[in-house]
Amino acid sequence: MIEKLNPIFVFSFFKKKEKKKDIHAQDRFFYFFLKALSWSLIFLFFYMLFVIFQMSWPAFSHFGMNFFVNADWNSWTQSFGALSLVYGTVVTSILALLLAVPVSVGVALFLSELAPNWLAKPLSFIVEMLAAVPSIVYGLWGLFVLAPLLRDYIQAFLSKYFHFLPFFQGPYYGVGMMCGGVILAIMIIPTISSVCREVFRTIPKSNREAVLGLGATRWEMLKIAVLRGSSTGIIGAVIMGLGRALGETMAVTMVIGNAPSIKISLFEPAQTMASILANQYAEADNELHLASLTAVGFTLFFLSLIINILAFLLVWKMKRSTTGISSTKRFSSASRGPSLSGLDYTGKEKKE
Amino acid sequence: MKETKTLVKIQDLSASFFSIPVLKNIDLEIPIHKVVALIGPSGCGKSTFLRCLNRMHEEVSGAGIQGQVFLEGQNIYAPYIDPVLVRRKVGMVFQKPNPFPGLSIFDNVAVGLKLMGVKRKVLFERVENSLKQAALWDEVKDILKRQGTSLSGGQQQRLCIARTLAINPSVVLMDEPTSALDPISTARIEGLIRELKEKVTVIIVTHNMQQASRVSDKTAFLLSGELIEYGKTSQIFTNPSKGKTESYITGRFG
Repeated sequence: MIEKLNPIFVFSFFKKKEKKKDIHAQDRFFYFFLKALSWSLIFLFFYMLFVIFQMSWPAFSHFGMNFFVNADWNSWTQSFGALSLVYGTVVTSILALLLAVPVSVGVALFLSELAPNWLAKPLSFIVEMLAAVPSIVYGLWGLFVLAPLLRDYIQAFLSKYFHFLPFFQGPYYGVGMMCGGVILAIMIIPTISSVCREVFRTIPKSNREAVLGLGATRWEMLKIAVLRGSSTGIIGAVIMGLGRALGETMAVTMVIGNAPSIKISLFEPAQTMASILANQYAEADNELHLASLTAVGFTLFFLSLIINILAFLLVWKMKRSTTGISSTKRFSSASRGPSLSGLDYTGKEKKE
Repeated sequence: MKETKTLVKIQDLSASFFSIPVLKNIDLEIPIHKVVALIGPSGCGKSTFLRCLNRMHEEVSGAGIQGQVFLEGQNIYAPYIDPVLVRRKVGMVFQKPNPFPGLSIFDNVAVGLKLMGVKRKVLFERVENSLKQAALWDEVKDILKRQGTSLSGGQQQRLCIARTLAINPSVVLMDEPTSALDPISTARIEGLIRELKEKVTVIIVTHNMQQASRVSDKTAFLLSGELIEYGKTSQIFTNPSKGKTESYITGRFG
């Protein structure tokens, strides 16, 4: 069909007959090249999962499920359990979320709904730039600026007035779970706030105006149209931030104090799954220690995989449901009437 | 025929976006308990005009406005007037049905009442009344807890009308309320509009000439931001006094 319509093709068809065979060779090559590239990524992913599992198998087979229940991590006694590392990871991440979520949602609301354009653009750029700061720089800043600051002011204050709470007891040095949590919070704010802004953008302008039209103040409008409407997406954004916090390594390693133990006080040093890998992998001297470290890596990999999938599903569902609300999709075919046949036609063509 | 009272009086109203004029010196009087249709080609300023009447125009960045709009004798652009209170008197229905996501059918209607601080005891009654006024009650009375967004497009639009009626506005602005709906839903909404004028004054923007002639008592024709002609609908559609009006309604341009 195309051959008949395209005069250039007809021309070349008569001129060089032998070229006809190869006219789509580049297309085919390009297609298979790109296909191979995409598949190699998928292959790489599963290969990585497999290799890490294989390397950590000695530890899993040696300790069994005990690996996740044992809180002791001692290379002298060859007793390795991930519980204290999981604890350190979970506590710092939760602390980070508690601090980061209100700030991020607030920043996102301000930038997308309230700030005038001339302020919103540079400000959102700066927030995004927070994500571009290398992890190690955060770590250095945390160690030399944030930790002393926490020790001299915040922790001193908490220890003095809130020492009846188990979270704020014992000696404080600055470095520890609290410092790790604060650093993580700063690091995940750009992630959460940028996803939140994206989610807020999916809410149609007319929804906002409808609430305003009912005589709502600006805050009531934000509450009803924006926050309520995007709650699924906000949860997705939070989980995305959590995924980042769980895997964050360098900055946390530098400020957490590196002591694999389970203590309730946030002043205490701890160890996360990622930080113990950074600390000990180079020095692990026997197979069981190495395998146990890899097993921690595998656990972390698996955990962040699940968390990220969950986050993507939530954000995706949110985007789909908000864009599907308006009747256009559902009713376009009904209101068009005669052009319904046009839709059938495109549907058919796809099948062929 | 008895003399009808003027509810909204627009005086010398001009509006602009980023100092590009959209409306030029509009003067218009809207009688109480009537349906007034605004017609005109796309981009002639109909929607902007509508949005000037409940102070929604100023919500968009770059918006400028001059002139006065008197609602029940009160200039809504007077400096001491709170736009939030204006919008409680002047409701608005949008082009696409937009029930609030995440809210049930009941809450969609109740939300405006809650904002006004209506007591819980009378809340249900008020919601029921508004849904009845919007001719939706019989269809949704058993599924009030279901999401508002689960209704069909036509039902969603009637839900939006119910939500607007719930706070007892004196004027309801409708911006092409049926352009996203199928013919049957459109007919229902048109019937509803004719019933509504017993209680409220309706100003409706439409691209559909037949709709304007079916539902409205008076029609205003706007062209590039200027009011060309305003008069009884029957007269505008059968015997327009201006040549531009005639060529528009007969389909010669626009």
